Amino acid sequence: MFHIYCPHCCEYREEEEFHAAGQSHIARPLDPDACTDKEWGEFMYFRANPRGIHHELWVHAAGCRKYFNITRDTQTYEIKEVYKVGEKPTVVANAIQSK
Amino acid sequence: MSDVTVEAMEGKLVTNQLPTGAIVGESPLHHSDLASIAKKGPQQGGVHFHERKLKGLLTLRCAPSAEQLSLIESLLGVALPMEPLTSVTTDAVSVRWMSPDEWLIIVAGEKAFELETRFQEKLIGHYALVNISGGTTIFDVSGSHVVDMLKKSTPVDLHPSEFPVGKVVSTVFAKSGATICRLADDKFELVVRRSFADYLWLWIQDASREYGLVVKA
Repeated sequence: MFHIYCPHCCEYREEEEFHAAGQSHIARPLDPDACTDKEWGEFMYFRANPRGIHHELWVHAAGCRKYFNITRDTQTYEIKEVYKVGEKPTVVANAIQSK
Repeated sequence: MSDVTVEAMEGKLVTNQLPTGAIVGESPLHHSDLASIAKKGPQQGGVHFHERKLKGLLTLRCAPSAEQLSLIESLLGVALPMEPLTSVTTDAVSVRWMSPDEWLIIVAGEKAFELETRFQEKLIGHYALVNISGGTTIFDVSGSHVVDMLKKSTPVDLHPSEFPVGKVVSTVFAKSGATICRLADDKFELVVRRSFADYLWLWIQDASREYGLVVKA
């Protein structure tokens, strides 16, 4: 079980109050009509599956119902950082730093 | 529509949701006949249960400006609790922090329409006020073993150092959900969904069995 810090409630809560909502920082193409099928398909369906640092969107579903980001190590399950939507992560993997 | 009062004001619509005339408002636990259980049932026990029924509950959503904050304070009579997980409780009104832009306002059932109307008249700017009285009910649980009963139901840390009087959390409660507020050392308020009320009443009966459950009218 994770013990997750909610940046809106400002305290740690049990994992069962939260839902994972997939990879974070996925930018929607500004003009979907101008996308190629490949670009749109990658935006819609293709997600990173890194071994190591991963940025994920979570929602405090049973609590304040707000979304926020978690940086998690997919190998150790360690939560490296929690930050609000709109903020930048300070813990990033070298491999995805260029993104 | 003859049972409800509808008043249109500057394009805004406020509906008095209280039944009138021949229609009698019934709480979600009406069928349990808690009044009879309170009379005939056990009078001693570690957990006390009381349904604070047919209250007026309003959800306020806004990211308040300074002007809105002072208007809301004048409308409610108390300031909005802005710190996470805090609440304000007076005889007339209770306000619970639900999320950074959401508050739960609890007043007497017959006051909800009046308060809603005054909000629509006075409060300016971007906000939403929704009457959720019909979808919720309130359980007051207290007693010397109330924390033991709650520990079976929710993963939240209830130790007084972590959960002082006045703190409010929305959390999972017995596979359902509840907004829990500590009213006193051994007294808690659970705001639950109407559709889960019967299930949670059964759950609380089961979880309280070893301590003895006393129903208060």
